[in-house]
Amino acid sequence: MTDISMNKSAPVAKGRQIPDRLTSGWKRGLKSWEALLLVVAVAIFIFNSFASPYFLDPWSLSDASFNFTEKAMIAFAMALLIIAGDIDLSVASIMALVSTVMGVAMGLGASTPVLVFLGLGTGLLCGAFNGVLVAGMGLPSIVVTIGTMSLFRGISYIVLGDGAFTGYPADFAFFGQGYVWWVITFELVLFALFAVLFGLLLHGTSFGRMVYAIGNNATAARFSGIRVNRVRFILFLLTGVMSAIAAICLTSRLGSTRPSIAQGFELEVVTMVVLGGVSILGGSGSIPGVVLAALIMGLLTFGLGLLNVPGIVMSIIIGALLIGVIALPRLWKMVRR
Amino acid sequence: MQADTSAAGGTPVLRLSGITKSFPGVRALNGVGLELFPGQVTALIGENGAGKSTIVKILTGIYQPDEGVIQVNGRETRFPTAQAAGEAGVTAIHQETVLFDELTVAENIFIGHAPRGRFGLIDTRRMENEARRLLASIGADLDPRQRLRELGIASKHLVAIARALSIDAQVVIMDEPTAALSHKEIHELYELVEKLKAQGKAILFISHKFDEIFRIADRWTVFRDGQYVGAGLMSEVDEARLVQLMVGREVDQIYPKRHAEIGAPVLTVAGYSHPTEFDDIGFTLHRGEILGFYGLVGAGRSEVMQALFGITRPSKGACRVDGQVMVLRSTAEAVNAGIVYVPEDRGRQGAVKGLPIFQNVTLPSLNRTSRSGFLRLAEEFAMARDYTQRLDLRAASLDQDIGLLSGGNQQKVVIAKWLATKPRIIILDEPTKGIDIGSKAAVHDFMSELAAEGLAVIMVSSEIPEVLGMSDRVIVMREGRIAAEFTGDQMTPENLVRAAAGIEGAAA
Amino acid sequence: MSAFLKSREAILALAILVLLAVVASRFPGFVRPGSLANVLTDTSPLIILALGQMVVILTKCIDLSMAATLALCGMVAGLLNMAGLPLPLILLAVVVLGAVLGAINGLLVWKLGIPSIVVTLGTMTIYRGTIFLLTKGQWINAHQMSDGFKAFPRAVFLGLPVMAWIMIAIVIAAWVLVNRTPLGRAFYAVGGNPHAAVYTGISVGKTQFWAFTLSGALAGLVGYLWVARYAVAYVDIASGFELDIVAACVIGGIAIAGGAGSVAGAVMGAIFLGIVKNALPVAGISPFAQMAISGTAILIAIAFNARGQGPKGRIILKQAEHKSPEARA
Repeated sequence: MTDISMNKSAPVAKGRQIPDRLTSGWKRGLKSWEALLLVVAVAIFIFNSFASPYFLDPWSLSDASFNFTEKAMIAFAMALLIIAGDIDLSVASIMALVSTVMGVAMGLGASTPVLVFLGLGTGLLCGAFNGVLVAGMGLPSIVVTIGTMSLFRGISYIVLGDGAFTGYPADFAFFGQGYVWWVITFELVLFALFAVLFGLLLHGTSFGRMVYAIGNNATAARFSGIRVNRVRFILFLLTGVMSAIAAICLTSRLGSTRPSIAQGFELEVVTMVVLGGVSILGGSGSIPGVVLAALIMGLLTFGLGLLNVPGIVMSIIIGALLIGVIALPRLWKMVRR
Repeated sequence: MQADTSAAGGTPVLRLSGITKSFPGVRALNGVGLELFPGQVTALIGENGAGKSTIVKILTGIYQPDEGVIQVNGRETRFPTAQAAGEAGVTAIHQETVLFDELTVAENIFIGHAPRGRFGLIDTRRMENEARRLLASIGADLDPRQRLRELGIASKHLVAIARALSIDAQVVIMDEPTAALSHKEIHELYELVEKLKAQGKAILFISHKFDEIFRIADRWTVFRDGQYVGAGLMSEVDEARLVQLMVGREVDQIYPKRHAEIGAPVLTVAGYSHPTEFDDIGFTLHRGEILGFYGLVGAGRSEVMQALFGITRPSKGACRVDGQVMVLRSTAEAVNAGIVYVPEDRGRQGAVKGLPIFQNVTLPSLNRTSRSGFLRLAEEFAMARDYTQRLDLRAASLDQDIGLLSGGNQQKVVIAKWLATKPRIIILDEPTKGIDIGSKAAVHDFMSELAAEGLAVIMVSSEIPEVLGMSDRVIVMREGRIAAEFTGDQMTPENLVRAAAGIEGAAA
Repeated sequence: MSAFLKSREAILALAILVLLAVVASRFPGFVRPGSLANVLTDTSPLIILALGQMVVILTKCIDLSMAATLALCGMVAGLLNMAGLPLPLILLAVVVLGAVLGAINGLLVWKLGIPSIVVTLGTMTIYRGTIFLLTKGQWINAHQMSDGFKAFPRAVFLGLPVMAWIMIAIVIAAWVLVNRTPLGRAFYAVGGNPHAAVYTGISVGKTQFWAFTLSGALAGLVGYLWVARYAVAYVDIASGFELDIVAACVIGGIAIAGGAGSVAGAVMGAIFLGIVKNALPVAGISPFAQMAISGTAILIAIAFNARGQGPKGRIILKQAEHKSPEARA
């Protein structure tokens, strides 16, 4: 366990030895938020498979994955941003602007690689714009991104009015409609890939550690030699890029761009992140939690859809779930006291 | 136990007895008592964690005691809310926390009990007139209609005191009222306390400064670890006795200054200036040296140190480390240059509460405990173990949240964090402020050890015994400038105080 | 007076006048009294809602459920009208229902300590979903509403429609509430320094609860006005309007961190957005540009309000004291 290179320089110990951990990680895992989410997800899965004979069909499950993959990709980046104590409400508007830029480029005859390149570039620019305002100028992220939310989508409206772009190149359809293998869609692969990448970034790297430190106490983080504003800026860039990737997938899946594309996604993404156990006040949360929250929201929407429950009722349930999962543990504590 | 004090001063206006208060896992107060007498100042003395702030919260209706009796003028009562405490005539003046920047002076004085006019609306005119009268009664020349955010700290204090008078308080609690005040303001506060005494108020005065307590208090009460230790008249006690009661043992060697070989210059600062904070700061720091920075609160010492740590940037001047000019644009660059800073404001700038101890320790050293950006937990724990053990940290485990530790132990973690970066220069800003005596000794001991190992240490402190006891050399700052420098025999309390206050004849 | 000229409100008033002057220079018709009165009437719902949002933001919270509350109460007003209830009772019912919906938000924030953004994000979908449960997604159209129900907000009284008078009454009431009542002052205290508020006997949670209840009641009232004025009620009315309300507050200089802001600011922030919205068609600019313009206005307003709020260095040097504006003041 002890590293030799550390001991060489280590000073003479004179105090008492403090144990590394008191409870094992395994024990804590059992009591964690993620464990609770996993139970909920499994319960929904079992319930659904009894409630509808169509649920367990691989093709319909694969189809159902579209209702969370795009949002979840943004949610991964948003989770980091919220853990660091910021928020980006402009993600859905970034998607609209990315989609619009791609639509304009398509009109000028751009090929699929050029479209993707432009889309990613737009997302990066939007993220950088938010980042400069928040990390650079020190403005509060919630109001800045309410402003850019209007601005970015507003540009789409100026360009498109009540029109739409259609007729994307045939090979562009792959991102939102293509299958990699059997029932596994390209989007599902992206979802899994980004889940792993963001999980590693947040939980396995020093960058992730800095994100937690900033979220818990940004001033102390700065006084610990961390370049706080650089980290925050990077997080806005990441969120912009992930929004662009989600926009590419969604545009490809729909095959068209309207200025109202992805309207309201930002709130669903934030819901997913909070449901996943990320504290809206910053400082705590995990990527596995967000993955589970995405699965829960996806399974719920799909299962209720099979039961012919209308979309808006599902949104009630999601809203109640959001409040309920946070309220119940607190209520329980109050009752026990 | 001490003699029953009530015999020697009439009947107490407020009397607490057998007060017990527990929180999950901690018994903050265990059957303590406290008596306050009209027209007298009672000093409440105790280390951090002794239960002082808990008793204040009980007195002001924020906490409810689990057991015990509160009596006001001999009648048993309860303070279920802050409002109830106010109505019973108990009010507290806190360190700049009880006021509202966006409200006016008059509104701050009367919030919660504003005079009402027609339809139950606030009678602004009457409120402002009464505020003017109250402010005049304490000799404060403030406009009741001014927004509080336009005032300085000392004026805010006056507003808080006017507020205490406005509810016709019988009992005024002053919780470290001088902590943020300048020398002159402190004296004005003392005069105010005298006025309050003359008006027959009972005053509970909480302070860590012994000179202050001996100057202002009539009575003392000591708590230790949530227990009542004793009480009595100030005239019948001396400092040594109070310290002994506070810590429960004789404190002999408080300043364990060791001899260290003073070596070559490490840090040379020349002509450091800032538009508003400091001007023409220049000094040299050597290996193995502890350089003390003394001055009044607000003399610009912390500001100079934060500029050296890359928090703010000087407008002029140069800083050399080992003769090499350094431009410090961020804390990260300062750390790379071997300069680290243990801040005064531990809660806000030092400890990252919410993160476990080991992660606090490794935070600035992540590039050493990780490989190409990926964390190595084993190395992190090893690093945290080594340095926390060296500082004699008391904690249940290394993955315990730092926020659960006492102030002194948090300070040890912050120091451990910086030692792990293997610095050349360590700046400690009020390193023992607000920590218990046990931890204080550990920090002092450790500072000596560091200097003996060849580190260059800067210690900013406002406590004269600490500065004199620990430093090889003392620089005194006043109003953003270096006022004097003392070594050897010249390092006397008188010289330091004169230089800091700008009194003529402070020969250096 | 000189203090007033330096205030956020004065600058905003100036911005509004400049905006009007620019529009007037090309389209003088826009600044005719009748036309301005129309703008004011048209903006009344936003003004009322911005006042509700303001008290919530003052207490360090945010209410994202206002538009959903509005829609639900508007639908209930329509349903009650179809059931033949007289108008005064309908008005009472929507205000009470709005207050109850707001109180639910407030209770969750107060008693359970859930951050307001999470609470109202959840209740926003729940409240809107409830409309669907009530109606199975059906619309209430103009011909299903009684004439009195539709006519009331538009009825002209002393030269202005009732809707504008209601707005004016609420602005005055809000000013009195915020400036002259203990609760109003508590909104500022709780947002400005929650820790200290406790010590002065003010309950932070309870104050927030009342702020939410108030914003809910105002949203409920606007629900009726909205449905009656546009003579239609369906699930998605005022969808996305919650962000316009926040935008009006931000432009009006209400500090998102709580504790600072004024009734005049919120009103002017809403009027600014109202003028932009009404001037665009007059100026021949596509109405689709409105969103981008209000977004830009929000960003400018935030940057402007943040000016000089950043961490200032202490003023220690004697010579610096003379230069600093603070020392002069």
